Amino acid sequence: MLGYLLRRILAAIPVMGVVALFVFLLLRLTPGDPAAILAGDNATPEQLERIRTSLGLNEPLYTQFFTWIGKLLQGDLGTSLISNVPVLTLIGRRIEPSISIALSTIILAILVAVPLGVIAAWKHGTWIDRFVMGLSVIGFSVPVFVIGYLLIQIFAIELRWVPVQGFRSITAGFGPFFERIILPTCTLSFIYVALIARMTRAAMLDVLGEDYVRTARAKGISETGVLLRHALRNAAVPVITVIGTGFALLISGVVVTESVFNLPGIGRLTVDAVLARDYPVIQAMILLTSLVYVTVNLLIDVAYTLLDPRIRY
Amino acid sequence: MTDIVLDIENLVVSLGKKSGGPRIIDGVSLQVRDGETLCVVGESGSGKSVTSLTVMGLLQKGALTPTGGSVKLVGEELLAASDRRLRELRATRMAMIFQEPMTALNPVVPVGRQIDEVLRVHTSLDARARRQKILAMMEHVRLPDVERIFASYPHRLSGGQRQRIMIAMALVLEPKLLIADEPTTALDVTTQKQILTLIRDLQRDHGTAVLFITHDMGVVAEIADRVAVMRYGKLVETGTLETILRTPNMEYTRNLLSSVPSLVPRPPRAETNEPVVLEANELGKVYRERSFFGKTREVAAAKEVTLTLRKGRTLGIVGESGSGKSTVARCIVRLIDPTSGGVRLAGREISDLSRRLLQPHRKKIQIIFQDPYRSLNPRVAIGETIAEGPINYGMPRAEALARARELLELVDLPADAVSRYPHQFSGGQRQRIAIARALALDPDVLVADEAVSALDVSVQAQVLELLDEIQKRLGIALLFITHDLRVAAQICDDVAVMQHGRIVEQGPAAEVLTHPQQAYTKALLDAAPGRGWDFANFRAVEVAAE
Repeated sequence: MLGYLLRRILAAIPVMGVVALFVFLLLRLTPGDPAAILAGDNATPEQLERIRTSLGLNEPLYTQFFTWIGKLLQGDLGTSLISNVPVLTLIGRRIEPSISIALSTIILAILVAVPLGVIAAWKHGTWIDRFVMGLSVIGFSVPVFVIGYLLIQIFAIELRWVPVQGFRSITAGFGPFFERIILPTCTLSFIYVALIARMTRAAMLDVLGEDYVRTARAKGISETGVLLRHALRNAAVPVITVIGTGFALLISGVVVTESVFNLPGIGRLTVDAVLARDYPVIQAMILLTSLVYVTVNLLIDVAYTLLDPRIRY
Repeated sequence: MTDIVLDIENLVVSLGKKSGGPRIIDGVSLQVRDGETLCVVGESGSGKSVTSLTVMGLLQKGALTPTGGSVKLVGEELLAASDRRLRELRATRMAMIFQEPMTALNPVVPVGRQIDEVLRVHTSLDARARRQKILAMMEHVRLPDVERIFASYPHRLSGGQRQRIMIAMALVLEPKLLIADEPTTALDVTTQKQILTLIRDLQRDHGTAVLFITHDMGVVAEIADRVAVMRYGKLVETGTLETILRTPNMEYTRNLLSSVPSLVPRPPRAETNEPVVLEANELGKVYRERSFFGKTREVAAAKEVTLTLRKGRTLGIVGESGSGKSTVARCIVRLIDPTSGGVRLAGREISDLSRRLLQPHRKKIQIIFQDPYRSLNPRVAIGETIAEGPINYGMPRAEALARARELLELVDLPADAVSRYPHQFSGGQRQRIAIARALALDPDVLVADEAVSALDVSVQAQVLELLDEIQKRLGIALLFITHDLRVAAQICDDVAVMQHGRIVEQGPAAEVLTHPQQAYTKALLDAAPGRGWDFANFRAVEVAAE
């Protein structure tokens, strides 16, 4: 198991290397002088020269790459061209809201979607099943921002249960943190719940037709025991896969949600950086997103081997 | 007079939720006594499995509903029992083992814990006592190295070991009734024999009543005290083993017994000097499994297999699962590429030809597969399926379709069946279609890979007869792969017995199957269920032999 984990981590290094190369070339291969792109339209020749020297743009391309990688490995992601703050510091300031929403969304989605999927499969063909599936269609088809504004209207403006927008760090106490995080989380969870519930139902339906489920019933085990101990664990592999690949949805969803709820997260940071062509920040965000993907995939593969003893590498 | 454990009286099970639906089980009455084995025999669709699932209360809710009669377990009515009461009775009073030990165990839970679950649900024993009881039971079903197996996952165990686990799980609480639904059908004959012996011994020790469901008359002869024959959801007749096998009353029972192929080989046909159409020389196939970083693992599925087949003759390859017989068949047809040795088809070496150069030779050798439900494309009309081959080889479409109609008549199907789809045919009819498809290219050699194994005995007999007749008419050579020695005895001129990828014995069927030289062949023959009976003539073999 440990050897497998080590092999997988080693295999992730070339992947990240390719991503780094792409990110590096992004700036260098864009038509025109990178220094001019970085400096903007109104730069003086002195400013351009200073940027060239500071980025080492006068060196050969491969030297530039290795210098860049070397800095990267020391945690130096460059400095924002707009705010002149190191990118790492910038991300550090903005990461808490994003991570909070992402994690609470996954937790909420799993807590809601898995039971829904299990019940829908168990009561296959009844009104409960149709209700859950109908709900999932709505979750898929209504855009994130519509759900967001709808929730704000109902719970923040009409009922005044929670603040309309903004963010408080968890260090300022759980209460203020929670009441500002709950609406964005619910908003983002909708599509995720739809996805996971659907997959759980399909996987459970497959498994409930298996012979070992019949064996479990023949042993006189209660229906709950059959569903949870025998069926769900076997249905877990496809469900876990979907939870992992759903990260793509989550990242794009975080950007919209942060805008709707005016949260100072990295989604907003990215959008702002793209609009302002703040290249060092864009580069850092691409790297960060890729790293998250690679890590999540690694975790999923490890989860497979824990869930299903037949999967061995 | 012993006690009646299971008493099924006039049982009716209908399709759907209410009593108005079509009756799947129609007025069946059965009784099983203490320490007795009742075999329920019937072909597919006879309702034998539905009967057993009704007893356990495991019918799919809403799809099948018991709508009449009564089922009593030691006097307690089961049809009226609540779900809760049924759960209490399962594993304590009645238990069940199933056909597929491969799929009947939960793949993600160690087998020890799966048995433990029964004890946790139904007893108040503590963990230590439970573990001891389980290990003792596992020893009782003659599993080796019980501590290791206790912690093993099902995929680490062999088919026989898994079925032993199932039996241990079923009998750990000493139920009064054991229902065994085709428990040995998926197992090799040698394993089957061990499991049948085990069930017999356990029954003797514990006085369990056994309801044993099977389609195999050989198994019936091995294990039954009494036999009930079922057909179309009705009871045909019931009686003691001797009565049913020697003097069956009903026409259907007689036909069923007559269809069981005899282990005594058919009279040998005269040797011929017809040309050799197929030769395999030292054929070998090694499967290599490479992992990304790890080392390569090699499995030799076939080693130095040498075979010769003449025009108009039938050569059987017999062996248990994993013996390499299907690998050899697939190498010969070049569905997979052999790693060593050669295959000569009508004098031409084909083992090293490229796919393109092989194409003109493909039509000379055709294959029929085991499962007629999966080997035909469900969305293509069967006329098209049959005509596809000849069209690929340049025959005009109209001519190919006309040929398809002729071929359907050759395999005793109506010519107008060309426009129908596979799902509109029964298993036996589909296998006839598969044969017609293979014959469409006028092959010199027909390879039948377990071609009759999935069929009921009466259908099996018809398909075997058809193959025999086609061989006589077209002079085709037949390479017949089977695990069933009875089938081999009835259709083969020569047989090759395979074990672990090698041929251990080869020769005329009449010789090999009556006077085997090798220990393995002897063991195979010895394990064949019902070898003491000549079913078709309603008598024991000792009488038939002299």
